[in-house]
Amino acid sequence: MLSVNEVQDKIIKEFELFDDWLDKYNYLIELSNDLPVIAPEYKTSQHLIEGCQSRVWLLGELAGNRIRFTADSDAIITKGIISLLIRVLSDREPSEIIGADLYFIDRIGLRENLSPTRSNGLLAMLKQMKMYAVAYQAKLNR
Amino acid sequence: MNFDVNKIRKDFPILGREIHGKPLVYFDNGATTQKPLCVLETIRDYYTLYNSSIHRGVHFLSEQSTEKYEHARDTVRKFINARSTNEIVFTSGATGSINAVAFSFGERYVSRDDEVIISEMEHHSNLVPWQMMCERKGAHLKVIPFNEQGILDLDWYRKAFTGKTRIVAVTHVSNSLGTVNPVAEMIQIAHQHGVPVLIDGAQAIQHGHVDVQQLDCDFYAFSGHKVYGPNGIGVLYGKEQWLYEMPPYQGGGDMVDCVTFEKTTYNELPLKFEAGTTDYTGAAGLETALEYISGTGLDRIAAWEKELLEYATSKLQSVDGLKIYGQAPEKISVISFLLSDIHQYDAGMVLDKLGIAVRTGSHCTQPVMDHYRISGTMRASMVFYNTKEEIDRLYDGLLRVRQMFGK
Repeated sequence: MLSVNEVQDKIIKEFELFDDWLDKYNYLIELSNDLPVIAPEYKTSQHLIEGCQSRVWLLGELAGNRIRFTADSDAIITKGIISLLIRVLSDREPSEIIGADLYFIDRIGLRENLSPTRSNGLLAMLKQMKMYAVAYQAKLNR
Repeated sequence: MNFDVNKIRKDFPILGREIHGKPLVYFDNGATTQKPLCVLETIRDYYTLYNSSIHRGVHFLSEQSTEKYEHARDTVRKFINARSTNEIVFTSGATGSINAVAFSFGERYVSRDDEVIISEMEHHSNLVPWQMMCERKGAHLKVIPFNEQGILDLDWYRKAFTGKTRIVAVTHVSNSLGTVNPVAEMIQIAHQHGVPVLIDGAQAIQHGHVDVQQLDCDFYAFSGHKVYGPNGIGVLYGKEQWLYEMPPYQGGGDMVDCVTFEKTTYNELPLKFEAGTTDYTGAAGLETALEYISGTGLDRIAAWEKELLEYATSKLQSVDGLKIYGQAPEKISVISFLLSDIHQYDAGMVLDKLGIAVRTGSHCTQPVMDHYRISGTMRASMVFYNTKEEIDRLYDGLLRVRQMFGK
């Protein structure tokens, strides 16, 4: 399995193919179809990350010693970005997730989407992914 | 009509910018308007030549600065046709003005179980301050509903008054639906019950004539930055008798007459409500902005904006699957809409990359979105420096959005 940074570098390469913004968005729309979608019974207020612009649902489950994320959003571009975050962070051990430095967001030009002022739920979602990792690590260490 | 919009656009340097390599289409005027060069020059001149703290300074600059500030107050008075400058309070914006009234009026006149009437289409700024006051006082909000078109239910309103109704606070123009409310009639109805009315004019002042004497409103609030003036300055108009009776909202310098540790007496109107060093450069900038639009002609501005609204409405309606929210016959040039079931955030992000600035979301009117059971809309808010070509660009952009999201 590729490391966190190897996956990030791969994504950066993929996005280098596009010089037009709309092509990038088209790719994100395409990626939104690959998102491992949260099961309907978990699409509840308990797993909702409320943003002013778009809403995100996130679930992290422990499978062995790895965390598996599923998610959804009401906005498709947001969904595409989530699918990238999940591609980098899902099916990993908690320590990898906690230690991950997500530089790819910046490099593919999507940083504005993770700015606190955008309020689309993505930044809160990223925090929530790390929180899951911290909680599950504590559980595994017990 | 004969309106040289290209000449006007030259007064607004920012409109010449390119965004993501494309000429900017600025359709977010409901959030804030751009500033003409003359306003920028006023502010520059102020800091270059006159800057000095106003009121009570003995030296030349302070006096000149004070004169400019009070001159700006008189220009605002004339612009909205108030009786006296005692009725014009400078604030930080419409939100600041409404908070001041909600607090001070509430302190003086509202008690447990009293009622405040607002409407379902209020901006959060004309909702939350009243809610806070009601919580403090144990009073209740009563909310005038609106119909599918975005028109307030006046029959409901007429019947809403009781012996416990203390004040009505309603918006002149809805920021998310564009509806121009029949505020003159609503004020008249309230006055028949002896109830005063605050009008939130944040979305009205930039679109046409506002005459507070003709309206007979008790309070009128607006922001400088939405009427081509600087950020951070706003106006509260209040009938002198109310302002005289109401206690000050904030304490500090300039609002006092005499201060001892035992007791403080307050300054005369309107300074009683202007604690601390006010935004006097902002006031000067606002004055220039009001003179600028008066010079351009409020009637000509309104006529061009009406033409833009009609053009944009028919153009957007021709986009397959586009739905407009807010279809009142009396509307300003604001169009809230959704395209099929495409999320407004997705559409807004694509439009942004095409150089088109629209607002997406609830526009600080969550109850309006709840009314239509939607999470938000896109909003194109146009003003007199916008063009039909820009509306065509939005139209083309929306076709692109629809194609990208396969609807």
